Amino acid sequence: MMKYLTTDNTSGAVRLKDIPEAAYAAFYDDLAAKLADPRYHVAHYFALPDEGRMRFYCLLLDDQTGQLLVTSHSTEYYDDTALPSLTALHAQMHPFERDITERYGIRFDGQPWPKPLRFPAERYDRRSSMDNYPFYTMQGHSLHEVNVGPIHAGIIEPGAFRFICNGEQVLHLEIALGYQHRGVERAFETTANRLRQACLAEAVAGDSAVAHAAAFAETVERLTGFERPAQLDRERAVALELERMAMQIADTGALSTDVGYQLGQVACEALRTMTINTTQAWCGNRFGKGLVRPQGTDHPLTAEKAAMIRRNVGEIARRYGEVWRDIASSPTLLARFEQCGTVPREEMLRIGGVGQAARASGVGRDLRATHPSGSYAKCLHHEPVVEEQGDVMARLAVRCREVLQSARYVDRLVAIYEEKYAAAENPCPRPDYTSPLQASTLSFGLVEGWRGEICHVALTDAAGRIAAYRIKDPSLHNWMALALAVRGEGISDFPICNKSFNLSYCGHDL
Amino acid sequence: MALLNTLLLLLAALCIPGVINRTRARLAGRKGIRFAQHLYDLRLLLRKDAVYSTTTTALFRAVPSVYLGAAFVAALFVPVGDLAPLLSFDGDLVAFAYLLALGRTALILAAMDTGSSFEGMGASREALYGMLVEPALLLTLGTLALLSGYTSFAEIFDDGLPREVQLIIVLLFAAYVLTKIVFTESGRVPVDDPRTHLELTMIHEVMCLDYCGVDLAYIKMAGWLKCGALSMLAANAAAATFGLRWWVAAPLAVVLTGVSVGVVESTQARNKLARNTTFILTIMALAALLFFTAYLLQLNIGIQ
Repeated sequence: MMKYLTTDNTSGAVRLKDIPEAAYAAFYDDLAAKLADPRYHVAHYFALPDEGRMRFYCLLLDDQTGQLLVTSHSTEYYDDTALPSLTALHAQMHPFERDITERYGIRFDGQPWPKPLRFPAERYDRRSSMDNYPFYTMQGHSLHEVNVGPIHAGIIEPGAFRFICNGEQVLHLEIALGYQHRGVERAFETTANRLRQACLAEAVAGDSAVAHAAAFAETVERLTGFERPAQLDRERAVALELERMAMQIADTGALSTDVGYQLGQVACEALRTMTINTTQAWCGNRFGKGLVRPQGTDHPLTAEKAAMIRRNVGEIARRYGEVWRDIASSPTLLARFEQCGTVPREEMLRIGGVGQAARASGVGRDLRATHPSGSYAKCLHHEPVVEEQGDVMARLAVRCREVLQSARYVDRLVAIYEEKYAAAENPCPRPDYTSPLQASTLSFGLVEGWRGEICHVALTDAAGRIAAYRIKDPSLHNWMALALAVRGEGISDFPICNKSFNLSYCGHDL
Repeated sequence: MALLNTLLLLLAALCIPGVINRTRARLAGRKGIRFAQHLYDLRLLLRKDAVYSTTTTALFRAVPSVYLGAAFVAALFVPVGDLAPLLSFDGDLVAFAYLLALGRTALILAAMDTGSSFEGMGASREALYGMLVEPALLLTLGTLALLSGYTSFAEIFDDGLPREVQLIIVLLFAAYVLTKIVFTESGRVPVDDPRTHLELTMIHEVMCLDYCGVDLAYIKMAGWLKCGALSMLAANAAAATFGLRWWVAAPLAVVLTGVSVGVVESTQARNKLARNTTFILTIMALAALLFFTAYLLQLNIGIQ
């Protein structure tokens, strides 16, 4: 039986020496068995050089018990024997193993498709470049390839999409990302300025600024041993839910635009503006930058702000409910969205999908329910919104229902604030950027952003500095779901499939 | 008279995009762009030089002129109500249909000439839908010819159509089918979406991706002319039911297309591309129904 260090999302950081170190064979066998059960999925798996050795850390989530299982294995630094690949058994491991190979040249034996994750070239093969990138090919007289990108025709981010089509029908889509490395993880390690790190976290993916900042704040708070006051936690939850509402509404509008449904588009654009303006009125930034900081806040709720948020959110929920009813009762929209871009539940489990895309395919993964912390554990008792069909309509339905759910949560959280503190002094402390971090410790931040589960992991060295920082955006898993969704669909339906996921390019590329 | 006719037709063709934009803006609760914005855009394009990709040949450069020329000559056959068009001869309705087809073929060839996979997809879609919509157009025009006994637009609409009460429904039906053909031919929702930015979903727009400047202006003008000419035919058919006068037909053409396109584009989503075939085949079925109804009614009238 393999040993794990068992912790959960409400406990503190983990000392490095407490993390058990297993032999790779035992790790392989145990993970192979565990991942066959849908209750387990990997939150993060990464390698790190550690005093002449290469140590691999694995964070495994158990959705049933709410536990987080941490384990590790290691090899000699210059040991180049190939490790048996877990991807061969469980496709969900592919981004992690490809990342390890790419960073450190560790080979995994039997990996079905060993290609780089974020770079055009493989680290241990100097001849490889973008010119001989191992794109998937098919032979056939009636097949043609359509390459879209990497320069985006619109205003969003770069990514190359290579379709292999038979006429209008897509047989295969290959997504090649990695066009915007900013070295975010490295930037965390090279600065000790915690305010700068918090700003960096907000920039990991611009549409999830609050979620990534919250994940960073939780990571740091674990490292400093800080207990979040209930009110600070509630304000953070309000910010997260506001961000969720804004993004889900924006995507409803984007889907309406892509099918040429003008009324949905203009209604959602107006509502999204109202949502982000509410955030702006609270903290001065429409995307909530500057709102979430470790161990405190610069923008505590006041009675007026609380009333404003409550009023706006109520109005948004009412009007958005009407838009949703219109969409769900319009035959031309249903004809576009239903049975389009379907990802069945088994496929979603196989690739380890997370977040709202997984919930639309009947996989109820939601950290707010399975690994709750703070307000989600204490007062919200979150029920994940789950749809079974796995098509574009299901993903849209999840978005719509989540907006209404988030509006109820914001209302409830603000109501608690008004009950307790409206008259008294707000108990939220100011942010603290200087308190020392525990040395030789592994800390993590697990936050359900609007797109799905975000996992930040920080490791400190003996002097208490952040020696390594690892970020996992939900897009890392879910890009594969998009590739599966468009198989067999018309190529003209790719844009709505893509919008229905709305994944992050920079969150993937880091 | 012929000059007034041409002038009115051009005016209607230029007004329709403005009315569409106004209707859409009003329904979306926006103020909208100014009425003549598309003309300002056109002026801008006309002032710009064209830039050509090195993979294209002379064919690519010739096509905008052919496309515009074909649309323009086709439009000259179309009368506004009871006015006489500039060009007219027996059988000009067949010439009209095939001038439109000529323009389409030219644009398809130009799109293939670029060698772009996007434009190739657009060309294949345009070819398929063009092929399907052509019988519908010919059957509808054939119905008008059948009812009036003439084969030129000028004679059909110049008192050629009988005024029996039974035929009112047939004429209105013809106007309806022609309006649907306008939607398809001018690439509006639900068949195509002229506003989309997504190359993978485009039909007409994607074929013009490599055109810019003056060439793009030609293609845009040709599109307006096509739309204007077909709308005018629909308006003529509708106006024929209550005494055909040009001052009824001209505004009706603008309002009929402008408002119906605007309303549909505001309230309805685009078809899934695979469903377009069904949509156009339905138009064809309606046209066939129209033709046979008219034929039966005509037989009946003859017996009496």
